[in-house]
Amino acid sequence: MRHILAVLVENQPGVLTRVAGLFSRRGYNIESLAVGQTHDPNVSRMTIVADGDDQVIEQVVKQLDKLVDVIEVRDITDDEHVDRELMLIKVKAEPVVRGEIMQIVDIFRARIVDIGQSTLIIECTGDEGKIKAIEKSLKPFGILELVRTGKIAMVRGPKYEEE
Amino acid sequence: MKLTGAEIIVKALEEEGVDIIFGYPGGAVIPLYDKLYDSSIKHILVRHEQAAAHAADGYARATGRPGVVIATSGPGATNLVTGIATACMDSIPMVAFTGQVALPAIGRDSFQEADITGITLPVVKHSYLVRDVNKLACTIRSAFHLATTGRPGPVLIDLPKDIQTTLAEYSYPKQISFRGYHVPGEPEAAQIYQAVKAIGLSRQPVIYAGGGVISSGAADDLQKLAEKACIPVTTTLMGKGSIPEDHPLSLGMLGMHGTVCANYAISHSDLVIAVGARFDDRVTGSLDTFAPHAKVVHIDIDIAEIGKNVHVDYPLNGDVKMVLQELLPRVEVPQTERWLQQIASWKKDYPLSYTQDGDEIKPQYVIEQICELSKGEAVITTEVGQNQMWAAQYYKVMKPRCFISSGGLGTMGFGLPAAVGAQLGLPNELVVNVSGDGSFQMNLQELATIVQFQLPVKIAILNNGYLGMVRQWQELFHNKRYSQTELLPVPDLVKLAAAYGIKGLRAHRPEDVRPVLEQAFNHPGPVIIDFVVSQDENVYPMVPPGGSLTKMMGGAGK
Repeated sequence: MRHILAVLVENQPGVLTRVAGLFSRRGYNIESLAVGQTHDPNVSRMTIVADGDDQVIEQVVKQLDKLVDVIEVRDITDDEHVDRELMLIKVKAEPVVRGEIMQIVDIFRARIVDIGQSTLIIECTGDEGKIKAIEKSLKPFGILELVRTGKIAMVRGPKYEEE
Repeated sequence: MKLTGAEIIVKALEEEGVDIIFGYPGGAVIPLYDKLYDSSIKHILVRHEQAAAHAADGYARATGRPGVVIATSGPGATNLVTGIATACMDSIPMVAFTGQVALPAIGRDSFQEADITGITLPVVKHSYLVRDVNKLACTIRSAFHLATTGRPGPVLIDLPKDIQTTLAEYSYPKQISFRGYHVPGEPEAAQIYQAVKAIGLSRQPVIYAGGGVISSGAADDLQKLAEKACIPVTTTLMGKGSIPEDHPLSLGMLGMHGTVCANYAISHSDLVIAVGARFDDRVTGSLDTFAPHAKVVHIDIDIAEIGKNVHVDYPLNGDVKMVLQELLPRVEVPQTERWLQQIASWKKDYPLSYTQDGDEIKPQYVIEQICELSKGEAVITTEVGQNQMWAAQYYKVMKPRCFISSGGLGTMGFGLPAAVGAQLGLPNELVVNVSGDGSFQMNLQELATIVQFQLPVKIAILNNGYLGMVRQWQELFHNKRYSQTELLPVPDLVKLAAAYGIKGLRAHRPEDVRPVLEQAFNHPGPVIIDFVVSQDENVYPMVPPGGSLTKMMGGAGK
């Protein structure tokens, strides 16, 4: 089963290596990892999507928590949370099909952020289902490039340390 | 007052109470060595950096204080890796300082540059690359704190050469705080209560004690608990010394080369009380057949160990000593009379045994004699392989920190430098390195260190001309195809001793063993003893890898 882990880490060089290294060395599967600085410049937050049964994930959490640079790990899979992913997608778009593509973009509340002679870059934010759906819808036009940020997630309600 | 980085390091080490350092100089640590030249800290110059790490490790195991190592950048640092990994696997407190090329040269493939923080990442508790001399003192304080608290382990500090010569204001922090590192406190009262109840209700309990008992300084508490509740104790290799091995409740070691009695006890137990142990595969054999009827109490300071390999019914996360002291006044004494009778009969029916035939020396006999002659009170360091297992089986350890062996990593060449460290830490104790001819040759350059520092280490080499444990596996599991395990010729060890100015002795026949050992133990300086032992002796009992602890080769027949 896929789990979403929210991990607060010291914003220091080498932290990403420590975290990623732990996954590969202990044979855990990592599906996506997104990381960035938080409102506290000394702290970064990672959202890790990992695959494994409950026992494996329990070990992942405990082993992550053991890293000195990891401040806090929380498995938020079962908590009420919001998750988002950003995708940029470049599609073939000859003038004749542009209208159709723009309709799809509207339906998904995505945005066109660049227009080339025969291409469009579309920006789409959403949960996994939406990201997958727009990718599927645009596929017939010819996807030239695609990049995704990986999932970021946040628990709803009060700040989770304060719960 | 402003000090250079090198001066800060030396001052910080003095503040940490470090009295001994193991190391080897080189280009990137010359500024540090320049300052050490004036320091009261004793520096032990080894002959290979790997040995510096093992010696620091041996020192730490023998004394409980953190071992400190220095090596230069590049090859100096990479030579430490095996020693750091050895310490990491066995949770030994160590602080390793490595030189690094100057900050502007990092990342340019400079001369003697190696990314040592990267290379050691999987085998350290934590590591630092110092980029700002103003943070140096704090980094050193943090490193010692991390190495020695919680589950101990090695911490590495990489020191660019320019950091060592840059000036900074010095003040040594007394307190240090981490957002991401917390040593667990006591377990919740409810968890203690449940464990106490489970112990009280058990009928066939076994305590399975590991290295955590030793590192936590909890051997006395463990023995008290065992005695109060009448629970037999088996130990891991790392746990030897948790209870005197001549104690009626001691079952000896369990696992692959454990006693029949210990393995039967675990396998028939209804409650396994794991104390500072980690259910290693060499202990459990096949996890499917391990302690099949038992509930498990697990006391460990590292919560990640709880439930890692086996299901735990009663987790007690905390320092072993602290938890045992919580349990001791509350423990409910189970009815174990019948169980203890059963165990006594296993002990009687299946003792450790070997056959003394012909006039070849049996290696087991050598260990028995070392044990008898030293009354079990020597500090034993072992190498890895058959010598290690025979030492574990036949040397009855009486107190903690006296059996020093590379358990987790199984590092050949560990024992000799570890003996150097142990002897320096415990100058008045008899330190005996039990060795094999293979392991001995992996770090024998340290004989020079032993001579330089006049360490009276006794090196007992069980010389069978083979890489014995691998040979044993080839005999048992690979149709006696002895691929690359014959180590002949072994150099003349007596002449080798002479070359270093060390006393060398040799024993060929069983009747030589005792007098040669007496001579060695009575000699004030170091001695190498070449015990020419039978070539094809195997370590038994043996649980084949991945097998069940109840199915032992060569153990259950009397």
